[in-house]
Amino acid sequence: MPLDRSVVQNIAHLARLELNAEEEAQYLSQLENILGYFRSLDEVDTSGVEPATEIVDPGDVVRDDVVDNPPAGEELLANAPSRHGRFFRVPKIIE
Amino acid sequence: MLEPIWQPLAQVAKELDAGRLSSVELTTQVLHHIEATEPKIHSFLTLTPETALEEARAADERRARGERGPLLGVPIAVKDVILTKGVRTTAASRILENFVAPYDATVIRRLREAGAVFLGKLNCDEFAMGSSTENSAFGPTYNPWNLQRVPGGSSGGSAAAVAAGQCFAALGTDTGGSIRQPAACCGIVGVKPSYGRVSRYGLIAYASSFDQIGPMARTVADCALVLEIIAGRDPRDATSAAQPVPRYSAELERPLRGLRLALPQECFGEGVQAEVRDAVLSAVRWFESQGVAVVETSLPHSRYAVPTYYLVATAEASSNLARYDGVRFGLRLAEEAGLLTMYGRTRASGFGAEVKRRIMLGTYALSAGYYDAYYLKALKVRTLVRRDFEAAFTRADVVAMPTAPTTAFRLGEKTGDPLQMYLSDIFTIAANLAGLPALSLPCGFDQEGLPIGLQLVGRPFQEAQLLAAAHAYEQAHPWKSQHPSL
Amino acid sequence: MEKPTSVAVRKMDYEAIIGLEVHAELLTASKMFCGCSAKFGAPPNQNTCPVCLGLPGALPVLNRRAVEFAIRAGLATNCRIELFSRWARKNYFYPDLPKGYQISQYELPICVGGWLTLDTEEGEKRIRLARIHMEEDTGKNIHDAQVDASLVDFNRSGVPLLEIVSEPDMRTPQEASAYLRKLRQILQYLEICDGNMEEGSFRCDANVSVRPRGSEALGTKVEIKNMNSFRHVERAIEFEIGRQVRALREGEPLVQETRLWDPEREVTRSMRTKEYAHDYRYFPEPDLPPVRLNREWIEAIRQSLPELPDARRSRFVQQYGLPAYDAEVLTSRRDLADYFEAVVASGASPKAASNWVMGDILRVVRERELDRHLRIDQWPVAPNFLAQLIQLIESGTISGKIGKTVFARMLETNRAPEEIVRTEGLVQITDEGALLSEIQQVLAENPDKVAQYRSGKEKLFGFFVGQVMKRTAGKANPQKVNELLRSLLESS
Repeated sequence: MPLDRSVVQNIAHLARLELNAEEEAQYLSQLENILGYFRSLDEVDTSGVEPATEIVDPGDVVRDDVVDNPPAGEELLANAPSRHGRFFRVPKIIE
Repeated sequence: MLEPIWQPLAQVAKELDAGRLSSVELTTQVLHHIEATEPKIHSFLTLTPETALEEARAADERRARGERGPLLGVPIAVKDVILTKGVRTTAASRILENFVAPYDATVIRRLREAGAVFLGKLNCDEFAMGSSTENSAFGPTYNPWNLQRVPGGSSGGSAAAVAAGQCFAALGTDTGGSIRQPAACCGIVGVKPSYGRVSRYGLIAYASSFDQIGPMARTVADCALVLEIIAGRDPRDATSAAQPVPRYSAELERPLRGLRLALPQECFGEGVQAEVRDAVLSAVRWFESQGVAVVETSLPHSRYAVPTYYLVATAEASSNLARYDGVRFGLRLAEEAGLLTMYGRTRASGFGAEVKRRIMLGTYALSAGYYDAYYLKALKVRTLVRRDFEAAFTRADVVAMPTAPTTAFRLGEKTGDPLQMYLSDIFTIAANLAGLPALSLPCGFDQEGLPIGLQLVGRPFQEAQLLAAAHAYEQAHPWKSQHPSL
Repeated sequence: MEKPTSVAVRKMDYEAIIGLEVHAELLTASKMFCGCSAKFGAPPNQNTCPVCLGLPGALPVLNRRAVEFAIRAGLATNCRIELFSRWARKNYFYPDLPKGYQISQYELPICVGGWLTLDTEEGEKRIRLARIHMEEDTGKNIHDAQVDASLVDFNRSGVPLLEIVSEPDMRTPQEASAYLRKLRQILQYLEICDGNMEEGSFRCDANVSVRPRGSEALGTKVEIKNMNSFRHVERAIEFEIGRQVRALREGEPLVQETRLWDPEREVTRSMRTKEYAHDYRYFPEPDLPPVRLNREWIEAIRQSLPELPDARRSRFVQQYGLPAYDAEVLTSRRDLADYFEAVVASGASPKAASNWVMGDILRVVRERELDRHLRIDQWPVAPNFLAQLIQLIESGTISGKIGKTVFARMLETNRAPEEIVRTEGLVQITDEGALLSEIQQVLAENPDKVAQYRSGKEKLFGFFVGQVMKRTAGKANPQKVNELLRSLLESS
């Protein structure tokens, strides 16, 4: 699976990172280097090994169906870069 | 007698209890010391002297009413990835430069109840991604033992502040070694609890299945006192564990006899600084002299720990950092150019190079066509790393190894080579992959006078055992009375 | 070679393959992963907190009741309930998605398999379910022309959803809509979803493809979104089948894509999807432990399930001897069926009860829009009162016509029908002597009409009946009046 410029561009797009050409080239070479080293994992025989999706058994913290949050106060909206009343405002979305 | 600011936390609480010192006096002294040392060290991103003094006054009143407690009125500081209500919380990132936390993390709430005085927010690598604190968007922190050296990372500000006497304890966070490695670099004690031991609610997530908050202080006992307050199940964190929390500070005097210590052969070979290896082995010999059985062991998959960690952690990070989109909080750029450009430019400018590198890496590891080869493969190797420890723990109770392969490196030494930087986590990462408790404590100095860290790793939720072993070693070795001269 | 005559004929040569994905909002009090109210209609961003706003540091904690509701839905649709299921993150950027990912289930959903049965013209047809999984809802983007921006409200963010995915077992728009109605009815019976399509608590996307009849290969699949009524679903699928058949017939390529239903123009149109090329990068959600269920809990939930619509409908036919149509209408809603049974239990005969419930009661329910709620608690008249009214009519104490009057008075006053009949003197006059004297009066007052009648203008009979009723304020027993009047007019 060779890494190339178009893969880097696609990844950057998925991650919503606007990169210029220079950055693309830089990330391409760094990721190649890093992933090249990481290919050492190929040596490991993992047949029949379960992926570690749980680290410890944390029991199960769940909630009862109770409304215990107060109505949202101003402090929750105060960090918004742009607002319209109590709405968050964003550039117009075109579908 | 030591100046109050250099006293252990437990000692200073006694002074406060006896009325020989008030929290306001103590806090004022600490603030003066910060003012004097901060230009050299730069451990704080935000200082909150006014609220600290208010909290000190409130603590003095609580004490006057008869309340007691080891943290009541004691000044501490917090890594800036933990939310503190009403105080700017930046994760050392431009994207959160002006973000005022609207709520307290669970650990902060618990420490407030215990009466701690909060001095401010400590520098770190941006979003806790790094091993030197050079990835902070707001400039690096300098190692108090040698200002040309890094303090380690990502909790470099926390380690430097504790080492420099700027606070009695600090909270750090450890995802791949970010408490232990800077603790080793700065000659202090740092504890990474078992995964699930301490609530993550209010911790700005880097990699959710690794992140743990833990205490950093100048003594093992001080770490124990902080840990017993912050640990425990939290109804706001579904991954917090139900296990009861022992009073760690009351279990420090457990005898060493009967303890079995394992030395993984992989951690003493090539690439380890000779002085580090010697100091760690000499510490092991001391344990042996105390009746501790020492066995050789092997962690055969530890050589894969770095790639495994950097694939899984960055995958989680790429998702955890998607919320920084300029919609509800944080930086927003280029909104006039439309939604897509707003996203792309906000995130490109708001995140630093290392954060973007990890987002790219993690996005790649999860993307269609690469998931099985990278992310899923790494999850399977993660299972094998955990099994290595399980095997070791059939013959031993504690695994001992260096915290880091070298002492603190020079600023700028590794910034050009991300992979070299990643490899400085080589000994700390395995405990995070396996969710195990681990700590680092000072075990000597190299020829340049830089501290060396000994790492102890234990079974899940056996923090008490680790702390007791570390405490015994510390009692027999006077490193704790050495301070950097600033 | 066959000669095509019209699109309609050509359409017969193709069959449509339709699968539906339903998103049903669950009627929990609080959201899926936080303690915010899940209620619809609050002021913007009022029902929000750090968790459902995706603020830094916030973590999800699962609402146990949402899981219970998912199990109910699975059991009621014959699914297998998995003892182990897992949460996954679905990653994409959109302003209404606060965390940049949606917590959903992917590889291991909570319910697998299952089916429900439709009554079609060709008899019963089983539609299979692929899966039911739990996920959180997104917020809402509002497109405001006035401010030349989009506005985001996160009240809905984190409301628990079930995604119910059918197999592609439907072949016509009518089947699709019948499936949706059936599914909605079941969820409403379970009282886990209010089924309100306009408010978006029951939403549907359709996957539609067409292929030559007899072919086994699947055609190009198109996903249709934005249908918020049963009618829209039918119309949109109808349109899409037509569009695809036309394309195939004319040899135009079909692309796999998502299309939006435009209800104004009644067409589907292509979304601008290129910009949003999707790679959701699903991976296990590290903030939530897997969902582990025990059999005891699942069994307890199974025991607590209500009688479901199909079973209840056949029971109504058997137990009450009702026509299939009545049983269908009466069991269309759980509360309606409950009401009907309460009326019968209070002593009314089933058929009379059915007529009253399907007629007057449902009329008032619709007039008062009581059926907007999932469950009607305040019926226009209490079931025991309706039973009393029916008994008053059946015993002949009042006429059917007076019955309607009494019913109207019950609606106004909430009083018992017996009391209304007694205090308002509405008891039927059956006494022959009393009736005879009234009839004689009417005949005496209208000698010319009597003469006309007797000379063959028999239509006037109704006039005489009307006059008697008028004199008795409608209380005269109509049968008796008929008998007596006829004998008087025909005798002398």
